[in-house]
Amino acid sequence: MSEAREFKYIGQSTIRPDGFDKVTGRANYGADLSLPGMIWGKILRSPHAHAMIKRLDTSRAEAFPGVLAVATHSDFPSVTDQAIESGEGSLTLLDLARNVLAKDKVLYHGHAVVAIAAKTSAIAEQALALIDIEYEVLKPVMDVREAMAAGAPILHPDMFTQGLAEKPTTASNVATRLEYKMGDIEAGFKDAEVVVEREFYTPTAHQGYIEPHACTVRYEKDGQSMIWCSTQGHFDVRASTAKLLGLDLGKLKVIASEIGGGFGGKTTVYLEPVALILSRKSGRPVKMIMDRDEVFKATGPGSATRSWVKIGARKDGTITAMQGRLAYEAGAFKGSPVMMGCMTAFTPYAVSNMYIEGFDVVVNKAKVAAYRAPGAPQAEFAVEMLVNELAVKLGRDPIDLRLQNAAKEGTQTIYGPKFKRVGLVECLEAARDSKHYQQALAANQGRGVAAGFWFNVGGQSSVHINMNPDGTGTIVEGSPDIGGSRASMQMMAAEAMGIEPGRLKPIIGDTENVAFSAGTGGSRTTFATGMAVIEAAEDVVAQMKQRAASMWNVTAEQVEWVDGVALNTAGEDRLSLAEICAGADRTGGQISGRGNINARGAGPSFAVHLCDVEVDKETGKVDVVRYTAVQDAGKAIHPKYVEGQYQGGAVQGIGWALNEEYIYGADGLLENAGFLDYRIPVASDLPMIDAIIVEVPNKFHPYGVRGVGESGIIPPLAAVGYAVENAIGVPVTDLPLSPPRVFNLIQGKG
Amino acid sequence: MARVTFSSTQQQFTVDAECEVDASNYRELIDAITSRYPALDRAELLQMAVAIDGEIIHEPLLELVEQDSEIHFFHFIAGG
Repeated sequence: MSEAREFKYIGQSTIRPDGFDKVTGRANYGADLSLPGMIWGKILRSPHAHAMIKRLDTSRAEAFPGVLAVATHSDFPSVTDQAIESGEGSLTLLDLARNVLAKDKVLYHGHAVVAIAAKTSAIAEQALALIDIEYEVLKPVMDVREAMAAGAPILHPDMFTQGLAEKPTTASNVATRLEYKMGDIEAGFKDAEVVVEREFYTPTAHQGYIEPHACTVRYEKDGQSMIWCSTQGHFDVRASTAKLLGLDLGKLKVIASEIGGGFGGKTTVYLEPVALILSRKSGRPVKMIMDRDEVFKATGPGSATRSWVKIGARKDGTITAMQGRLAYEAGAFKGSPVMMGCMTAFTPYAVSNMYIEGFDVVVNKAKVAAYRAPGAPQAEFAVEMLVNELAVKLGRDPIDLRLQNAAKEGTQTIYGPKFKRVGLVECLEAARDSKHYQQALAANQGRGVAAGFWFNVGGQSSVHINMNPDGTGTIVEGSPDIGGSRASMQMMAAEAMGIEPGRLKPIIGDTENVAFSAGTGGSRTTFATGMAVIEAAEDVVAQMKQRAASMWNVTAEQVEWVDGVALNTAGEDRLSLAEICAGADRTGGQISGRGNINARGAGPSFAVHLCDVEVDKETGKVDVVRYTAVQDAGKAIHPKYVEGQYQGGAVQGIGWALNEEYIYGADGLLENAGFLDYRIPVASDLPMIDAIIVEVPNKFHPYGVRGVGESGIIPPLAAVGYAVENAIGVPVTDLPLSPPRVFNLIQGKG
Repeated sequence: MARVTFSSTQQQFTVDAECEVDASNYRELIDAITSRYPALDRAELLQMAVAIDGEIIHEPLLELVEQDSEIHFFHFIAGG
């Protein structure tokens, strides 16, 4: 769809179909399933950040009364070095196996070593203490600078840097070096009259989902297995677990429970394959639930990064060159989202000369996982901070400067293609014209502006719509609902069929009753699964017209479909959808529509945020006093949920900017593995986040959808960061801007 | 002729930054460029995403390529 169009249902904020279950506590989450004969699994985790496992003896634990199974890495069949999909920064199968249960070496504090299943959770806990294990403790490597330094302890002696012109002969903690370039970077800086450059640091930050990882599994003697778990992609859980355990996909059913947040962190497996081994060995269903400590220590956070960026411009504001060097922590195994950082860092700008190189670096921390627009917030933080500095040096309004250099239709991206129509200019204009931007700042206040870009993705989605004899129907989709997508699917199907949304019930199918669908992530579900829903709904309508035609003895082409009613253009006849469904048994059986697609044409989404902060200069405490999030949705199917996505992204980014960080001791042990010490923002910390929805339709989606889940977390780091810099008059380089750090900056000790 | 632009990483194997290829679909295009640049990993190319005239396609094997198409390769993008 290239231009705005009128809709009957799209654009309304309907009541969510899953709302009643959630507010009454009836919804079933990852830990809510119990089965007859079920036992409990627990994991022994490494007390060290880096150590060799010299000796492991589980015999005393196995003999402990009530223990029914013990699992170690040796229980995995031989796995090969093949890539598997697990969100951004994917793992190889070998690394995944070594991550879920360590082999020979532990690589981070909390790394899983042994799993035990027992009749009760308490017995399993007691038995963990009976495992005899001897470690040779090694020096941990906790930062990319240390990891890249000559003589650094090497995590993987068999890892050699990829992407170098010459094949290296010595092992390295740098898994990959990559670069993107466009134009002539040296000529670009020669053409510049003003140059800004700075180094930045962003910390390890967790997605902060409220529901811990949990699963209940059952392995049957005939090989038929079942996993119930909290996941963003149950087909990916099936694929990973089946490959790790050597199972046929057809014998493993995965059911996605309701999910209490994921944000990218539930795109891989931790417990599921381990629980299935324990179930296979014990012959009993097994439940495993992580506690919060385990979630922080052993699941994938977002990468900590160190970035250097340099920007040159002419005095008229034309940016002539952008250069960057990004080093991203991958955690214990290769696969950080540094490539995404490189691809997104400069993309909001139409600049002829760009060069960026990236390094994927292993350190002794939990393997990173995707976190909402993986890799982009860290890279764009560095760039947006400098664009604000550049505006000051040029004496320009920061939005005006961005408008002068904004990417638009036809702009060449550093990663290759030219943009189709995009909405960055419209977002910048909306931010400039907002009430927020007109408000004056008070004493000790500062303002930050930042833009953000995310690709959005398509991929495979499968849907079927089964109609009932009374004209109601069920939409069966394969994408777990994290952010209210069931309501959006219901509305898109209703729009296509011309019936009230409430007549269609959307549900999430398991891996056996709906065809393959990629996980919910990458802002793909409303776009891609939405396209599959529309296709399935149009299939239903086509069948409805055919059935009506057969009743009237005319051709389907002579039947029009208007607002859920078939009209005979060759006469006066009309049949409602309910009437056709009621008579379906006499016209060929019940009606079911299908949509199985591999969606292409995802529309990029830009966001622009405004942040005003007030700094208490005696304590360094920062309060966000005004915040506005502007973003291009393409088309907002359900505007309230779109606003919620903008607000959620903004709040997570504000937390990353102000307080959130993993704190490690010199021994590499995580010291703040809980929400008491790892401080995410709560409602009382923040003002209302104003959301402004910009709609520049994506011509490749029937209703113009782009996807809104990710761009909103990108701008806050720099919007907040620069607002603080503006308030205190001291350059900001490192996040989070916690009170001690801000206080030290004010005191000149930063 | 379709115009293929190679990524910086690919240029380690092609030296050329771009080339022109006579192909009517993606499979033919891969055949043509791996024939011209044998150092390129055909299996890896078939696993990569591609942008054809600005439209990002994750599994492009059967995609049609126009005579004036612009082709860019990049790795699969998933998201969070």
